Amino acid sequence: MPHNHPETELHNPQSAKPPLDPHLKALENEAIHIFREVAAEFERPVMLYSIGKDSSVLLHLARKAFYPGRVPFPLLHVDTGWKFREMIAFRDEMVEKYDLDLVVHTNPRGAAESVTPFSHGSALYTDIMKTEALRQALDAGQYDAAFGGARRDEEASRAKERIYSFRTPDHRWDPRNQRPELWNIYNGMIRKGESVRAFPLSNWTEVDIWRYIQAEEIPIVPLYFAKKRPIVERDGMMILAEDPRLELLPGELKREEMIRFRTLGCFPLTGAIRSGATTLDDIISELETATVSERQGRAIDRDQSGSMEKKKREGYF
Amino acid sequence: MTAPAIANAALDEATTVAAFPAQEPVRATRDSRPLRLITCGSVDDGKSTLIGRLLWDTKAVKEDQAATLERDSSGKQNDLGLPDFALLLDGLQAEREQGITIDVAYRYFSTDKRSFIVADTPGHEQYTRNMATGASTADLAVLLVDARVGLLEQTRRHATIATLMGIRQFVLAVNKIDLTDYDRSRFEQISHEFKELALSLGVRQVTAIPVSALKGENVVYDGRASMPWYDGPTLIEILELATTRSAQTVGFRLPVQRVSRPGESFRGYQGTVAGGSVKPGDSVVILPSGMVANVTKIVTFDLVRNAAVAGDAITLVLDRQVDVSRGDVIASIDSQPMTGLAFDAQLVALQPEGIQPGKRYWLKSGSRRQRVQVQPASQLDLKTGKWNHADALPMNAIGKVHLVFDERAIFDAYEQNRTTGAFILIDPDTNNTVAGGMITAKRAALGGIHAEESRVILSLPADLADQLMATELFASRREDAEIRRVNAGKAAEIIDSIDG
Repeated sequence: MPHNHPETELHNPQSAKPPLDPHLKALENEAIHIFREVAAEFERPVMLYSIGKDSSVLLHLARKAFYPGRVPFPLLHVDTGWKFREMIAFRDEMVEKYDLDLVVHTNPRGAAESVTPFSHGSALYTDIMKTEALRQALDAGQYDAAFGGARRDEEASRAKERIYSFRTPDHRWDPRNQRPELWNIYNGMIRKGESVRAFPLSNWTEVDIWRYIQAEEIPIVPLYFAKKRPIVERDGMMILAEDPRLELLPGELKREEMIRFRTLGCFPLTGAIRSGATTLDDIISELETATVSERQGRAIDRDQSGSMEKKKREGYF
Repeated sequence: MTAPAIANAALDEATTVAAFPAQEPVRATRDSRPLRLITCGSVDDGKSTLIGRLLWDTKAVKEDQAATLERDSSGKQNDLGLPDFALLLDGLQAEREQGITIDVAYRYFSTDKRSFIVADTPGHEQYTRNMATGASTADLAVLLVDARVGLLEQTRRHATIATLMGIRQFVLAVNKIDLTDYDRSRFEQISHEFKELALSLGVRQVTAIPVSALKGENVVYDGRASMPWYDGPTLIEILELATTRSAQTVGFRLPVQRVSRPGESFRGYQGTVAGGSVKPGDSVVILPSGMVANVTKIVTFDLVRNAAVAGDAITLVLDRQVDVSRGDVIASIDSQPMTGLAFDAQLVALQPEGIQPGKRYWLKSGSRRQRVQVQPASQLDLKTGKWNHADALPMNAIGKVHLVFDERAIFDAYEQNRTTGAFILIDPDTNNTVAGGMITAKRAALGGIHAEESRVILSLPADLADQLMATELFASRREDAEIRRVNAGKAAEIIDSIDG
């Protein structure tokens, strides 16, 4: 296959980056197309920003899509209060650096009823602090479209998710009754109160995400890189032990391990992996030989088979 | 359809056939776009097993997913001790309960040469709509048959739908070949029949492969040990070599998604190039207004570009103040799309309400959405391949329709451009997507002729009449026409005798 028209791209002399390979370029073009389409068709779009690597890619693509203008919608972060400390610092740095509008929402029931991952268990905690909180925030903002970073390769029930995923006024997803989606023509017609979730990264895989982060030099939370960090082992997962709210259970021991995270969420529910990957090159080569999927480190997916589909029907992203 | 020379050439190579052009020795490298393919076949043909096998042998399945599989399949492992691949694919609980795939799912895998996006669609008859959805973006179709059973009516149906949706590369996977004791003549007979079918649809890039998805033979790894008689490519080799569609040879098209005005000094038109290429200095026309301008700049986030090609998401800056808004198309001045109020199209009806005659829908094509009245004309009989007259189209029907617009519409024929020739119909009552359609031609304005009940008498030379009567349109309404053969003098007499 010949290279994708190298003669059409003059390199920006200020940039040291080589042009994207045709594979990543095609994925980027598709995502930008989706961003522009949603921004043009909906009155109040918002971008769900979870601070993870997919969100970082999503944000980068949004900036590209609307350049030279600024990102024409706010970012929404549903903060459970239990995110990694470094995630919050990173979030605030990005908002400052790229002149973004950020909306942060935390479910008031968390404080009022002392809902924690320890006291309520991962399923109930996630339902209240993530799913319910997201619904509250979307209702409060009267958003009619919400961008998310979900990828179809992540989990079985996502494989059938549309790029424009229709939601009822109470944010429910009906997997049996999705709108057909042909070509790259998206149906954005909704009634008042209804909304869509739009997924510009639908066709990306985890390796694509990392290769794109590398090619585009996109900043990400340092927790993705291996480092000696304090951990405890719980339920077969290695949990980061730096937050004073994490109480050691009888028999648990804090120790240092060379670890990193493949996904980032709430620290008590996110398992680390042993890794020596300190650079993007390391991460990509680790991934290409990885034998477990990235969601393996997520407690909430393991409750039962089909659990993600259930959460999605109820409005989880 | 007759193409004897090509047919013979293809049939001579009945076993391995490489209809993939021999003059394309360059192997696809990772430097290529992802290949999008669709798999067609029924549960019984082993489709889920084939896709599962592709994912498994390219290592797209990770250990934890495999563990979930084994937990779920509870003893349903096959005789090779592998998990039930179908469970890996049938992600939704509703499907697991019914044991069938009820929607389009997308799967991802890659080799070191290329990455692939598979639209996995159900084979059941009532799900034509899902297949059409999956086929709309596909570059290639893998059709699956059971070697013991051979071609079925549904094979013809799948091949027809794939062709209609614009797919021009077919792979026939003759599966479960192990259950025929690797019967070479059986394989050759099936692939021969399929090639005839494909040729009748006008598809010449056809490869047939004997496969055992269960045992992993000729999918990713070759099956030489069991089938020494087959020395053709494996499925993955064909997929690595297949071509991706490109709309770069046609006229420049930029459907405008939005106008970017970050400040008074900048005004750019944002969209994805839907055909051809553009460079600064090019003269372009803005449709439907017809205003003309020149391109001054192609703006992207990080590259100074001196050209953009089909597929690129860009921001275009023009040299003068012109009125351009979302839904307009910026096109090359010397190769313009069709604009008009009436078009002919083919479409697939996607919802239980079907397509009702004379109903007004929303039509969306590119970034343009407008009201349209839809008049069904005929419906394709997937069993026979014939078009029959129809006034309405039920769900899953493929039909020919006339589209009539209030405001001028802008299209290319789908054959020429798979982006600017495609559209969806949206029901204004439900907001649901009710059809996917492909433009075939612009309709001439037949002022006056079209009135109800009126008929037209044409006097034509016999050879021209032969050609007209050979068209699909004519054949589909043959019963509406009266035909007499007369000599030129008699024709003149008859025509003269009619009061104008």
